[in-house]
Amino acid sequence: MLSCREVTLLLSESLEHPLKLRERMALKIHLAMCDGCHSFEKQMFSLRGVAKQYVNGLADELIKCEDELPPPPL
Amino acid sequence: MKINLEKSTKTTSEFLHDGEVVEDLRRQMLKFATQQLGDFHLAEDAVQDALIGALKNVTSFGGRAALKTWVFAILKNKIADVLRSKQKTVNVSSLQGAGEEDENEDFMSLFDQKGGWNHDDRPSQWCDPEASLSQKDFWIVFEACLDHLPPKQARIFMMREFIELETDEICEAADITINLLFVTLYRARMRLRECMDMNWYQRSQNHAELS
Ligand SMILES: [Zn+2]
Repeated sequence: MLSCREVTLLLSESLEHPLKLRERMALKIHLAMCDGCHSFEKQMFSLRGVAKQYVNGLADELIKCEDELPPPPL
Repeated sequence: MKINLEKSTKTTSEFLHDGEVVEDLRRQMLKFATQQLGDFHLAEDAVQDALIGALKNVTSFGGRAALKTWVFAILKNKIADVLRSKQKTVNVSSLQGAGEEDENEDFMSLFDQKGGWNHDDRPSQWCDPEASLSQKDFWIVFEACLDHLPPKQARIFMMREFIELETDEICEAADITINLLFVTLYRARMRLRECMDMNWYQRSQNHAELS
């Protein structure tokens, strides 16, 4: 059973390369039961979306519940 | 239809020949390129190349915002080229030691002994309550959080998330192992997450509750 801390490490790593099947299964089980890590996962995706948007200047990927972000200041 | 096409081509061309627009664009590009490359002269060259490339390939656009996106995409490619050839063109000392800046930072304080989230540190959903804070502030907070990262960690994060280099390209440019890259990106994300959570998402939530 993965700890929340191990889950955060794996979730970050999953943004670099596909995880092994075993790791994906273990993650899936943990995320189904743990609200904190489930939110953490979404926040990791959000950060990547925000970074993209910062460079692209225009919104298509999003982060926030519904609202759109304005163009970044770059 | 023909008239529309000509009109929009002219608009783009006009933008690129409007001194004020180009100056503004150049200033923004220079800021971004310097941030990514950590070297003003390399940044100037990349911006110059990108602007020349843009002028050479002027096609029709929807307007100023689309033009900016397009020019930044060209700039991003130029920056990626410079970073990939970094070992040949400049010394990498500005990147050496990335990962060692905060080697003791393991974020253990967020977790209990078994590695579970501490009650107060457990992430909750990010969700902006309707414009309780001005949207422009979002990017101010984001930039401030980026600035708060240890500098080399920030560079690695930007190579990955802004310039979208592959992991092996970053390892080569920064001369670090893949494991150190994973750790460095993890630390950067943990810090950014915490900073954005504290300074934007929770703040705007409290603001909304108060009003
Ligand atoms: Zn968990």
